Amino acid sequence: MLASALLAGLALGSMYGLLALGYHVTYAVSGTVNFAQGSAMMLGAVFAYALIVALKWPLVPAVACALALCALYGLVVEAAAVRPFVRRGSNAWLIATVALGIVVDNAALFTFGKEPRSLPSPLALTPITVGETSLGIYPLQALIPLAGLALAALLDFAGRKTRWGIAMLAVVQNREAASLMGIHTGRVIAAAYALSAVLAGIAGMLIAPLLNVNADMGTLFGLKAFAVAILGGIASAWGVMAAGVLFGVAESLITATLGSGYTQILTFALVIGVLAWKPQGLFGRAAVKKV
Amino acid sequence: MTKALSRRLFLATAGLVAAAFVLSPRAQAQEPIKIGLVTALSGQSARAGEAITRGLTIAIDEINASGGLLGGRKLVLVRRDDEANPQKGVTAARELVFNEKVAVLFGGLDTPVSMAIVPLMNAEKKPFVGPWAAGTPITKNGASPNYVFRVSAVDEIVDKAMLNYAQKTFGAKNCGMILVNNPWGESNEKGLTAALTAKGLKPAGIEKFEGSDLDVVPQLTRLKAAGADCLFLVGNVGPSAQVVKSLDRMGWKVPIVSHWGPAGGRFTELAGPSAKNVHFVQTYSFFSRQGPVGDKVMKALMAKYPDIKGAGDITPAVGVANAYDAMMLTSLAIKAAGSTDGDAIRQGFYKIGTYDGLIKKYSQPFTTTVHDAINENDYVWTQFIEDRIVPVGAS
Repeated sequence: MLASALLAGLALGSMYGLLALGYHVTYAVSGTVNFAQGSAMMLGAVFAYALIVALKWPLVPAVACALALCALYGLVVEAAAVRPFVRRGSNAWLIATVALGIVVDNAALFTFGKEPRSLPSPLALTPITVGETSLGIYPLQALIPLAGLALAALLDFAGRKTRWGIAMLAVVQNREAASLMGIHTGRVIAAAYALSAVLAGIAGMLIAPLLNVNADMGTLFGLKAFAVAILGGIASAWGVMAAGVLFGVAESLITATLGSGYTQILTFALVIGVLAWKPQGLFGRAAVKKV
Repeated sequence: MTKALSRRLFLATAGLVAAAFVLSPRAQAQEPIKIGLVTALSGQSARAGEAITRGLTIAIDEINASGGLLGGRKLVLVRRDDEANPQKGVTAARELVFNEKVAVLFGGLDTPVSMAIVPLMNAEKKPFVGPWAAGTPITKNGASPNYVFRVSAVDEIVDKAMLNYAQKTFGAKNCGMILVNNPWGESNEKGLTAALTAKGLKPAGIEKFEGSDLDVVPQLTRLKAAGADCLFLVGNVGPSAQVVKSLDRMGWKVPIVSHWGPAGGRFTELAGPSAKNVHFVQTYSFFSRQGPVGDKVMKALMAKYPDIKGAGDITPAVGVANAYDAMMLTSLAIKAAGSTDGDAIRQGFYKIGTYDGLIKKYSQPFTTTVHDAINENDYVWTQFIEDRIVPVGAS
């Protein structure tokens, strides 16, 4: 019983981690986030449903196209809800991204409809069994933590070794100096938003076969993922991923041992407790503000 | 010129007099009786609202074809969308009562919306008839006199029926509850606990889950560990599907007795092949052997709506069946009242003798203390066979 709860928690937690990574990448380069990350996740699932189930595209082009659309959405978020406010030194991007998320959720209600639909996956049909006993999870659930780790590693590698990654790091370290060195900081920030939406889209597609596809599927996930990002220390990619896994496993184990009535109370109390103990998050470092 | 004018005047006056003489009594006799409906007509529950509309329409057509009510007055249906939102529901109800002057108002499927409309109707002394929403306090609202009547399932009675069915069909001795974490789940937690207590029993466990929960395995594992030999499931179609998929993953084959949530959408698509293991309550099924009323309604539905080709297309069936019977009973109440006065119709409901309806043969369905026409003996237990809701035992 604990083994299956642990495995299910790992999968759930990796999903939170993926979404939270999206908060991390934009925060790292620009100090801003798309609060409606859950809407980007929903879009990933809805685009995948539309292309794979409704239009019957083959898997690979459908996934690529859905992710491209997510990236486009990320660019729109940055251009419409973040840049205009940051340019004026305003913090209104906070509420602007939330507002854009609500607009997108409702647009999805209109076009996709309110009825939940199913996005089948061959990896979520029969559970994994060892001998005669079922482990209580689908192969997809075992795959998600691997995908999460791979993406975190890829981000880490790209950040240190590729030209774009180094440019991003430069923008993180000192935006003015980077811009003087010929790095187009505006483009780097826009790219970070696109990447953030793609990560959310991947999470949405991975989660859809386990849950179902509907217009408000991202709301609660987005909220929990933000808690995870803060818990892990939003400036650290590995920290965010680890905090996601921790949060998911905690949720699953608390439900399994104490009962579902305690899950939300204890997990969020845990978040508050950890932040009181380490205000920068579990893996974050204190930011030094230079005057 | 004067001659022409006076002739024109004469003709006009004669015409007016004739018109007044000929038209006025008939115009009065034929002024239609307006029947209001406030339900979800858009969004997730649009299909349910459409089902209620169809049931009412078939009944109204039948009444009008046999000459209408109160000396030839025809019935007309006036609909408003509540978007499943209580505020919008009250606004729509107010508009129908004050502007459209409906004689009777029908409600929709959402308990919170109906609960919001109830005080308005009792204050305005207009009958409010529920063909769907099952919340116990809708009819048991404490008002006296009470203008709210219902032809549908009632949570607390459904809960008793769920326990009886689990014991009778599966020999269940230790049932666990798996309930969606919202007011509907809570209301059934109360009802189920009361039903168990009445028989000196205790639940194996009470577990809640969120509508957005990815995995209900931990909750179900607890119920399994507590030795549950049967599950009571309460949740809308999406959450119910999550429970079924989680049971699949655990490989736990346990009887599932459910409220009518799975009937509200694409349950087989969402829950997969194990969807058929869920036994859930309905008030009527068009798949069982139909009586004369069933045949008549089915024929009328197929003639009126080209998308209905058989029993499988009448979805959700409970909406159509409840609304049809509710409209027929209401017409008997109006007949007994002899007018469209709200209080007279309310008392008219108590005067209904017997009526051979779709769901059952009603015999004095309403009294001053009983405002629910349907009780635990009238429920039908069903399961999904492919995407059809079929009475258990039939295939």
